[in-house]
Amino acid sequence: MAKEKTKLLRGSLQKVPTGIVGLDEITNGGLPKGRPTLVCGGAGSGKTLLGMEFLVRGATQFNEPGVFMSFEESAEELTKNVASLGFDLNRLTASKRLLVDYVHIERSEIEETGEYNLEGLFIRLGNAIDSIGAKRVVLDTIESLFAGLPNPSILRAELRRLFRWLKKKGMTAIITGERGDNTLTRHGLEEYVSDCVILLDHRVANQISTRRLRVVKYRGSIHGTNEFPFLIDERGIVVMPITSLGLKHTVTSQRISTGIPRLDTMLGGKGYFRGSTILVSGTAGTGKTSVAAHFVDAACRRGERSVFFAFEESPSQIIRNMRSIGIDLQHWVEKGLLTFHAERPTVYGLEAHLASMEKIIDLFKPKVVIVDPVTNLISVGSEADVKAMLIRLLDQMKSNQTTALFTTLTGAGGPLELTEVGTSSLTDTWLLLRDIEIGGERNRTMYILKSRGMAHSNQIREFLLTGKGVDLIDVYVGPSGVLTGSARISQESQERDIESMHQQEIVRKKLNVETKRKALEAQIASLRAQVQAEEQELKKLTGQEKMRQNGVSKLREKIAGMRKEDENSERRKR
Amino acid sequence: MKRKAAGGPGKNAKPAPDTWELRLYVAGQTPKSLAAFANLKKICEEHLKGKYHIEVVDLLKNPQLAGGDQILAIPTLVRKLPPPIKKIIGDLSNTLCVLVGLDLRLRT
Repeated sequence: MAKEKTKLLRGSLQKVPTGIVGLDEITNGGLPKGRPTLVCGGAGSGKTLLGMEFLVRGATQFNEPGVFMSFEESAEELTKNVASLGFDLNRLTASKRLLVDYVHIERSEIEETGEYNLEGLFIRLGNAIDSIGAKRVVLDTIESLFAGLPNPSILRAELRRLFRWLKKKGMTAIITGERGDNTLTRHGLEEYVSDCVILLDHRVANQISTRRLRVVKYRGSIHGTNEFPFLIDERGIVVMPITSLGLKHTVTSQRISTGIPRLDTMLGGKGYFRGSTILVSGTAGTGKTSVAAHFVDAACRRGERSVFFAFEESPSQIIRNMRSIGIDLQHWVEKGLLTFHAERPTVYGLEAHLASMEKIIDLFKPKVVIVDPVTNLISVGSEADVKAMLIRLLDQMKSNQTTALFTTLTGAGGPLELTEVGTSSLTDTWLLLRDIEIGGERNRTMYILKSRGMAHSNQIREFLLTGKGVDLIDVYVGPSGVLTGSARISQESQERDIESMHQQEIVRKKLNVETKRKALEAQIASLRAQVQAEEQELKKLTGQEKMRQNGVSKLREKIAGMRKEDENSERRKR
Repeated sequence: MKRKAAGGPGKNAKPAPDTWELRLYVAGQTPKSLAAFANLKKICEEHLKGKYHIEVVDLLKNPQLAGGDQILAIPTLVRKLPPPIKKIIGDLSNTLCVLVGLDLRLRT
């Protein structure tokens, strides 16, 4: 029976959205309605701000007025502190959507003389709630009472009563508590507030601090259990749940040019897929940024907006350097099609980078995003963190059909096909730039390591940086292996020499044959003439013979006539 | 609200000033509040006869008054005069502590 009841309650657990970016996603809708939630964390972890944002968002977005009972900071201090986040407490207070009550206790003024209770606090809070019809309450941080009032056992009993009272009043409350040594809170508040516990943390690793948030407990609800990085910026608290985006993005088969004609040809003649992720990896000085610049240039030519996140060079340096290979990025910047965002990775933590990148992408709505290079971000986070951040960024871009090009620097001597941040599995097209050393030269080459969903060339191309941009040339592939640079050129000229020699030989032979033929033909002609002459001679002879024979027979007839030979004579018969 | 004025010197350790303004915060007529008031009156009669003035504030009737003196605990006795402000919480059953709290007796 009891079990069934809890089940029913679970199904009907109502939640109150906090309005804090990301937190509602993690908690599957917000904080438990009408129940207190404990937010604990060390000094400066953002407890007060989380509470304040909960109230401000409640008042401005969800029409739920709130009471902020502060035990540490005065109303003026609070107002000033949160003004930088765009929260105007004075306006909210004036319109009776927010009430800040500063409870101050001075231990030195207080003497305990017997039994007491905290009815005064109850009355005060109740009065505040009733005066503005509050739905939300924040107590920040009630643990100060332990320092201000003697007799902790009374205090504990009274706090227990207070939370019960808040529940009875249907207040969705946030109770903040200072983190203890081995407990969530210094005075064990988690014993009393156990519906939902959120832990805030502020950790420094490699001199870079990262704020993290974890939902330790959420009775009767599923919730994200991971530690999520969050940051405090002018939007307030921004929690970044990596899991919030899934592999649900739709894809397009539209293709866009890489900006390098020959590379387009290598990629099935059309270039990258729109919305795909391109990774350009290579050792130092292999031309990664140039490939990226070409892509940006091509995008701007199509009239698409691009964002270039530079973590290594300043915008003006990139513009100057790209001018040397004939790409003018400056005029795209002036036209407003291209925006640079250059920052040293170490200026702040990863999640702050992610947030600022997301913000710029949201604001500028680019079609093409360049991150050059992602590997620099490792200096502010671990590999796993960077990967998680990139996944999040990529998911966001893919869902917007933004094409992303990342460059990564591979260490010299290391395996080329291993990217430092393990981003290879995330990318759709992977261009590998590498140096080949032959004959005392270092020459750039490029090949396509993979390109999902399209036929692509499997050949290595020599990669030339010319005054007119990147040029890709067939490398010499012959019996002596792959040749590039001047080795290729000399090999090619050698081949040309051999070739021309061959051709001369052929021409000579041809001529020979021709003369031979001509001589023979002449011979044939003279022979034919000879034959003709002889034939003529023969004809003449035959004619003469005939005439002679004719003459003879006529003579014979004449003689016969004269001799009066009879008809049947021997001679006549002949 | 009740007002009570009385006179008379007390046998205290150090010379007490002439005017004592005391305010007792209570929440309804609970046994604790009643005990506190009774205890307070007894102490005042004994030590501050004729020089004191007690004001009883019932927060159930005037909840907005709780903020002014930063009242959390009930009952709380506030010594407004002489300065500095002193707060004594509890039902005032521990007379010694009350006297110490009111500076009528040195802390031992």
